[in-house]
Amino acid sequence: MSLETANHPEKLKRIAIEPLTRVEGHGKVTLLQDENNQIQQARLHIAEFRGFEKFIQGRPYWELPVLVQRLCGICPVSHHLAAAKATDILVNATISSTAEKIRRLMHYGQTLQSHALHFFHLCSPDLLFGYDDEVRHRNIVGVIEDHPEIAKQGVMLRKYGQEVIRLTSGKRVHGTGAIPGGVNKSLNREEVNFLQKDIGQIVQWARDAVELIKGIIDQQPEYHKSFATIESNMLSLVDAGGGLDIYDGNLRAMDADGQAIFDQVSVLDYEQYIGEGIKNWSYMKFPFIKSIGPENGWYRVGPLARVNNCDFIETPLAEAERVKFKAFNQDKPVHAVLAYHWARLIELLYCTEAIQVLLDDPEISGNDLVNKGELQTKGIGVIEAPRGTLFHHYEINEDGLVEKANLIVSTTNNNQAMNESIRQVAVQYLDGNELTEPLLNQVEVAIRAYDPCLSCATHAMGKMPLELELLNASGETVNRLFKHSDGHFS
Amino acid sequence: MADINNLKNKLEKTRPEKIKLATTSLCGCFGCHMSFLDIDERILQLVELVEFDRSPINDIKKVGPCDIGIIEGGVANAENVEVLQEFRKNCKTLVALGACAVNGGIPAMRNQFELKECLEEAYINGVGIENPMIPSDPEIPLLLNKVHPIHEVVKVDYFLPGCPPSGDTIWTFLTELIEGRPISFPYEQIHYD
Ligand code: SF4
Repeated sequence: MSLETANHPEKLKRIAIEPLTRVEGHGKVTLLQDENNQIQQARLHIAEFRGFEKFIQGRPYWELPVLVQRLCGICPVSHHLAAAKATDILVNATISSTAEKIRRLMHYGQTLQSHALHFFHLCSPDLLFGYDDEVRHRNIVGVIEDHPEIAKQGVMLRKYGQEVIRLTSGKRVHGTGAIPGGVNKSLNREEVNFLQKDIGQIVQWARDAVELIKGIIDQQPEYHKSFATIESNMLSLVDAGGGLDIYDGNLRAMDADGQAIFDQVSVLDYEQYIGEGIKNWSYMKFPFIKSIGPENGWYRVGPLARVNNCDFIETPLAEAERVKFKAFNQDKPVHAVLAYHWARLIELLYCTEAIQVLLDDPEISGNDLVNKGELQTKGIGVIEAPRGTLFHHYEINEDGLVEKANLIVSTTNNNQAMNESIRQVAVQYLDGNELTEPLLNQVEVAIRAYDPCLSCATHAMGKMPLELELLNASGETVNRLFKHSDGHFS
Repeated sequence: MADINNLKNKLEKTRPEKIKLATTSLCGCFGCHMSFLDIDERILQLVELVEFDRSPINDIKKVGPCDIGIIEGGVANAENVEVLQEFRKNCKTLVALGACAVNGGIPAMRNQFELKECLEEAYINGVGIENPMIPSDPEIPLLLNKVHPIHEVVKVDYFLPGCPPSGDTIWTFLTELIEGRPISFPYEQIHYD
């Protein structure tokens, strides 16, 4: 059953969850129920639009890495680096190994901080306290009060990632380290020592985080397996050997059974493989795999897709965890939506290990920073952002000014999947029920698992109050639930 | 910099409840909120002084009466206007945090074009689009023709520049404000980039 579009929406009760909270960016969910409280339609709407594709036109190409990252302050490094990779092609440069290592360090730092933020600051309250915990308490402040050690580790993991970003890019948010053809600084001895001092502790806390999520799943394995779960294709980058790589590599798409749809496709050919559809009710587009078509060609990206798609992870601790993860579904792809959290924390562990390895590499202090060649007119940069595969595509004229830009941001790739998951929740938990706040939070729990960044998804952002309005068949308000600032309903 | 324990003692004498703080993001990138979290472990101290009202980090969806309201982002659609006015009505002190709130920031770069051109570029002329059309369902908020800084819509009490202002800047600001002192920053905490 598809709950995308009801036959007679005008006859149904409308319930809105607005704004979505403890996610980044601005979105809402609307649900339409019939007289028997059966859900007939469920949609995730992305409510913002910024217009980057247009206003970037006429800007010089070298501004791209600093300008485009203002799409998203949660994972600005991803946009910074995807744009920088596209401009590497524009300046026809193969970057030096020092430059690549500094960029990787920056990206691992960023993925570490973003994953820590998402898990500890935003999602852990649902997992530690339950989706029906009191609104006032169901947040990071509640975690600080009840589990100060967990809260502190989360805060410190994020802090460490932010410090890696600061030292490689100059600033914690919206740095300037990557430039066309390389980077503008490497790390001096003092900076390396500063980061080395704490890395052992950080790796240990990352291991604790993986243990924490496994413990949470162990308490309710069936719930974690079935909640909002859908089967889907999955897309990610992998390295030439099929291993996990979040900075570079080729595209791999797998179907729900784990069979390759395509593999080792150069990112430069992405246009031949990925198309985008538009729906009237969302500013966020709907990408799909062209060979399958818009109806069934949608896919998922992000930690779940990456950990499922890769054949191995190069660092030992994360690899051991990947093997346990795959065993969760007898080595077949894991489709459980809540397993996103598990995969995310395995990646968090991977990032800490990868940082540790790089900090011991003398090349991160090298002097060979920038390479440049003859200006080209088209550049494509693809990276695995914390939330999934991120495409930047620019075309410039002979003066170096941008003429065309196309961005497919990570969250956009998950658009259809998030819609499918909330429909799954609607059928599993809401159908036939009076809608209460905890029930509606289930919808948000499903969306949060994807760690959507709705701000970059529309190249925009924001937030609002929860008002549930029930309309009868003739459009009159029959019931209205209002969530007040103290969390009470009236 | 303020000593948190002194501050706490002082506050406990003068008022029975914690300071209430609400934050929201309008048309911004969330970077200013990230920078707020860059106060790092000082958040453990902050929650002793402050109670969060509506904020993207909790599930309170409507702002109530507050001492301090912090706004990230400029005003780009009808919903932003509504939220901003709600904040102004409820918050004794309203703060424009970061370049977007202060002057529109990067999103205001679209002001040099017609809104229609921006929408067409994204949804009609874009690369690889299957079914070109501009979304217009009533469930998605109406876009304003231009992006505005928040002081063009409501009165603003403080402006903190920077894209984003650093975590240290935000910390200095909040602790001085809570202590009721004139706000002054060390030189390195004032940034416009
Ligand atoms: S001022 Fe900068 S960091 Fe803050 S919301 Fe705007 S673009 Fe993001």
